[in-house]
Amino acid sequence: MKIPFSYIFRNLWTRKLTTLLTAGGMALVVFVFAAVLMLDAGLKRTLVSTGSLDNAILLRQSSQTEIQSSVYRDQASLLETMREVAHGNDGTPLVSKETLVLTQIPKRGSDKPQNIVVRGLPALGIQLRPQVHIVDGRWFRTGTSEIVVGRSIADGFEGVGIGERLRFAAREWTVVGTFDGGKSGFDSEIWGDVEQMMQAFRRTAYSSVIVRLRDRQALGALEGDVNADQRLILDVKREPEFYAEQSKTLSTFISILGLTLSIIFSIGAMIGAMITMYAAVANRTTEIGTLRALGFRRSSILSAFLLESVLLAIVGGIAGLTLASFLQAFTITTMNWQSFSQLAFGFDLTARIVTVTLVFSIVMGLVGGFLPSVRAARLEIVDSLRAA
Amino acid sequence: MYYLKLIFKNIFRHRLRSILTIVGLVVAILAFGLLQTVVNAWYAGADMASANRLVTRNATSLVFSLPAYYRERIKAIDGVTAVAISNWFGGVYKDQTFKNFFATFAVDHDVFFDLYPEFRVKPDELLAFKKDQRGCMVGRLIADQHGFKVGDVIPLTSPIYGGGTWELTVRGIYEPKDETTVTRQLYFHWDYMNEQMKKRFPKRAESAGVFIVQIADGSRAAEISQAIDREFRNSLAETLTETEKAFSLGFVAQTEAIVTAVKIVSFVVIVIIFAVVANTMAMTARERLAEYATLKALGFPPIFVAMLIFGESVLISALGGALGILLTFPVAAGFKLAMGTMFPVFYVTGQTVAMQVAASVAVGVLAGILPSIRAANVRIVDGLRYAG
Amino acid sequence: MVSITHLSKSYRRGDQVVPVLRDITLAIPEGDFIALMGPSGSGKSTLLNLIAGIDKPDSGELLVHGEDITRLAEADLADWRASNVGFIFQFYNLMPVLDAFENVELPLLLTSLGKRERRERVETALSLVGLADRMEHYPNELSGGQQQRVAIARALITDPAIIVADEPTGDLDRKSAEEILGLLRRLNAEMGKTVIMVTHDGHAVESARHVTHLEKGELMPDPGSSSQPRRPG
Repeated sequence: MKIPFSYIFRNLWTRKLTTLLTAGGMALVVFVFAAVLMLDAGLKRTLVSTGSLDNAILLRQSSQTEIQSSVYRDQASLLETMREVAHGNDGTPLVSKETLVLTQIPKRGSDKPQNIVVRGLPALGIQLRPQVHIVDGRWFRTGTSEIVVGRSIADGFEGVGIGERLRFAAREWTVVGTFDGGKSGFDSEIWGDVEQMMQAFRRTAYSSVIVRLRDRQALGALEGDVNADQRLILDVKREPEFYAEQSKTLSTFISILGLTLSIIFSIGAMIGAMITMYAAVANRTTEIGTLRALGFRRSSILSAFLLESVLLAIVGGIAGLTLASFLQAFTITTMNWQSFSQLAFGFDLTARIVTVTLVFSIVMGLVGGFLPSVRAARLEIVDSLRAA
Repeated sequence: MYYLKLIFKNIFRHRLRSILTIVGLVVAILAFGLLQTVVNAWYAGADMASANRLVTRNATSLVFSLPAYYRERIKAIDGVTAVAISNWFGGVYKDQTFKNFFATFAVDHDVFFDLYPEFRVKPDELLAFKKDQRGCMVGRLIADQHGFKVGDVIPLTSPIYGGGTWELTVRGIYEPKDETTVTRQLYFHWDYMNEQMKKRFPKRAESAGVFIVQIADGSRAAEISQAIDREFRNSLAETLTETEKAFSLGFVAQTEAIVTAVKIVSFVVIVIIFAVVANTMAMTARERLAEYATLKALGFPPIFVAMLIFGESVLISALGGALGILLTFPVAAGFKLAMGTMFPVFYVTGQTVAMQVAASVAVGVLAGILPSIRAANVRIVDGLRYAG
Repeated sequence: MVSITHLSKSYRRGDQVVPVLRDITLAIPEGDFIALMGPSGSGKSTLLNLIAGIDKPDSGELLVHGEDITRLAEADLADWRASNVGFIFQFYNLMPVLDAFENVELPLLLTSLGKRERRERVETALSLVGLADRMEHYPNELSGGQQQRVAIARALITDPAIIVADEPTGDLDRKSAEEILGLLRRLNAEMGKTVIMVTHDGHAVESARHVTHLEKGELMPDPGSSSQPRRPG
C-alpha cells in the first residue's frame, strides 16, 4: 500500500471529536473485555498458587471440596506409614491432618454475614505451606483457642483485628495474628489448632490430610498404594490441581458471562466505527478520485481506509487497556459456589491478556471498517471527481 | 406535527447512517434490559420466600446438621403450626454440568408440601408420593427440561451421601403458583435416605440439614425465631432460626460482588451507545451547517434551528430504544430457555422497561445538546461559506 | 501523439441511455497546446477524461504514443496514468492533510525512487512553480493561485508526456489565472509537454495553440479548419 502513513494518521487527527467519540466507545468495550480476562486470570492465579507441587491432598472419595470430605483418624494414621511420604529432620512424617468448617462473619461496612472457611491444622500444617507468612502478630499456640486470619479476611471483615475475639462453636477465639497467603486461597481463611477445632465442633473425623511427597514424581505411587488399601477410600490429588478444580464453575461462569457481554458491546463499538468510516469516505470522495487518477490502485485505497479504521481501534484498545490496568489495585470477594465460602481474588494483567486484547481491538477495527473501505475502493474515478 | 414530520424526513436523508445508529441503539438497549433482568433473576429465590416460613439451622455453620429429634421440640413451641426436615442431598443427574444440574432435597414427605402451598400438586400424585418410599416429586421446570414423566426412574449419585446410585421414581410433578415460584427442585423421602444412612454410615443417621418451620402469624416471626433458638441454647447443637427470606438473601448476598459488577457493566453499554449517537449527531450537524446558516439568514430564530437537530437526536434514540424494548421480551424468553434451570424465574419487569426508556431518552437528549447549541450559534456568514 | 478514432461514449441514467460523445475522430500532435471548448453538456470534459485514462469509451480507438489505452486492464491503466499523465483540476484537488511538499511527492510514491531522490525532484518542481519557500504550508494556508501552482508541480513530478487540465483557471482571480496560464505556456513551449485544456474562459483560450469546439458530443467544424491555430509556432 503506497499511500503514506501520515495521510492516514492525520485524517484521524483532523476530525478530533469524531475520533475521540469513536475510539472512546471502543475503549470502553476493550475495558470490559480486558477486565473479564483479568478477573478470570486473577481467580486462576489465586487458586493455583494455593498449594504446592510437593504436596498431595487426600479426601474422602468423590468429595469435591474439603468441607464435604471426612477422613477418619485411623485412615489418617495409616497415611503416616506410606513410603511416599517425606519425613522431617527429626523423622516425623510430614503429614498434616486438618479439619475445615464454615463460620459466618459480617463484611466490613455491612451487617450481612458471609461464610468463611476456618481451617484447623497442626503446627506441621503451617510448615507444609512455605508460601504463607505471618505479617502481623504471631502464629497461634497449639492447645489454645488462638486463631490467625488471612490477609483478605483482615482487610475485608469486621471484628478480626489482633486482640479481638470471635465467637463460634460455643467458644471464644482470640485473634493473635494476620498472615499473608501469597495471594492464594489461604488469604481468605482463618487458621487455628486442629485438635481444639475438632473438640469445639465435636468432630470425630478430619476433613482432609495434606502430605509432603518424598519427591514430586511420587504422586502416582501414592495413589497406587492408597487405591490398593481397602481401608482407604480416599482420593489423592496434587494440591494445586485440587484447588484449580474448585474454581471451575465460578471461572466458567465469569468467562462465559464476560465474553458474551464483550461481544454484544463490541457490536455497538463496531457500528460506531462503521458510521465514522462511512462518513470519512463520503467526505473524502474527491480525494479518493484524485488518488486513483494519479495512479493509486483500488487495493491501496482499500488498505488505507482499513488501516485508518484499525488505527482508530488500536487507539481505543490502548486506552481501554490502560484503564483496565488500574483494576489491578482492586480485590473482589465473592462466594465460590463449590466450596460455599468466600474467596478473595484480584485482577491479573498478563502479557497474554495484553496481546489478546489488542488483537480483539484490531478485529473490531477490521470488521467495522471493512464495508466502508470496500465502498471507497469501488468508487469510479469520474463519479468521485464529479462530486466536488 | 409538521415539525415531527420534518425531523423524521431529516433522519432518513442519510439512510445508511441512521439505520446503523438505530441498530446500535437497539443492541445497546436490548443488552441493557437483558442484564437488568439477569440481576433481578439473581434475587428471585428470595422473592419466593414466604413470611410464614422460618428456617432453623445449626448455629455454628450451615455445613453442620441438627439432630432429627429436634423436630418434635420445635413443633411444640407456641405459634408453630408445622415442621419439616429438609436435607440438601446434592444429587448429581448424569453429570456435573450446568445443563444437568438441579437441586435435590430429602424432606419429611408427610408434611413438606403442606408447608409450600405455592407448589400446586395433584392430590392423587401427592398420595402416590407419600406411599412410595422411593418416590419423588419434581418441579415443572425440571420435568420440562429433562422430559421427566410420572413413572420415570431418575438415577442420582451424591458426593455428600455416597452410596452409589440412588434410584427414585417420579410420582408427581408440581406446578408453580405464579411467576415468582421456583420449580427447579426434586424432593424425596428423608426416611428413605435415613434408612440408607443407618445401614452404611450409622454415625451420620438421624441428622437434619435444616428445619422448615411454618408459623401461623407472620408478624411474630422474630419472636418465634428467638423462642426456638432459646430452646436449644447450650445443647449439643445450638440453632439459628431466621425467616426464609433472610436465609435466601444470605446466599445471594455472598455473591454480591458479581451482581454489582453486572449492574455496573450494564450501564457501560449505555455510555458506549451514547458515544455512537453523539458522534452521529455531531457529524450530521456539521454537514448541515450551511443549511442552518441559510435558515437563519431567512429569518428563522436560532431556537428553531437548534430544535431541528435536537429533535432528530431524540427521535432517533426513541426509535432505537422502542425497538430495543420490544425485542427485549422475546430475547429474554429465548435466554431463559437457553440457560436451562439456572434462572428458574426470569421475566422482564416494569422497572426494567422504565429504565430502558430513561436510558434512551437520556442518550437522545445528551447527544443532541452540543450539536444543537453549535447549530443555534452558527454565524450566518461562516455557515454559508461552509457550503464551499 | 494522441490519435482518437471513432470514439463514442454514453451514460446510463436509469433506463435511459444518454450519448455524450458521438464518433469523435481527432489527432493531437506532440507538443501541442489544445483548448477544448463548448457549452455545458457538450462532452468536452468526458473527452478529456477519456484521453487521461480515467474513463473508458464505449467504442473506438484511443492511441497515445502508439499505445491503445482502451485495451489496458484497470491496474495497467493506473500504472500508465502514473507515468504518462499529469492532472490539473479546477479545484486543485490537493490532499488537505498533506503539506505542499507531501502533495507534490504523492505521485513519486508510486515509483521506486528513494527518499533522497524524491526530495530532490519535489524541490525542483516547487522551485519551478515559484513555491520553494512554501513547501511546508498546508493547502488551507495557501491562496487559490498558490494551490494551483502546487497542483502543477504535482502534475509535472513524474515528467509525463501529457498534461490534462480541466478548467484550471475556473476558481481563480484574473491575476492568479494569468500566472497559471503563463506556467502552462512555459511547460508547453520550454519543456515540450502536450497540454490538453478544457475551459470556458475566453481569455485562457488565447494561451492555447489550437482550439477545438464540441457541441452535443460532436466536433464542430470551425470556419477554416477544425483545429484553428491561435498562436504562431
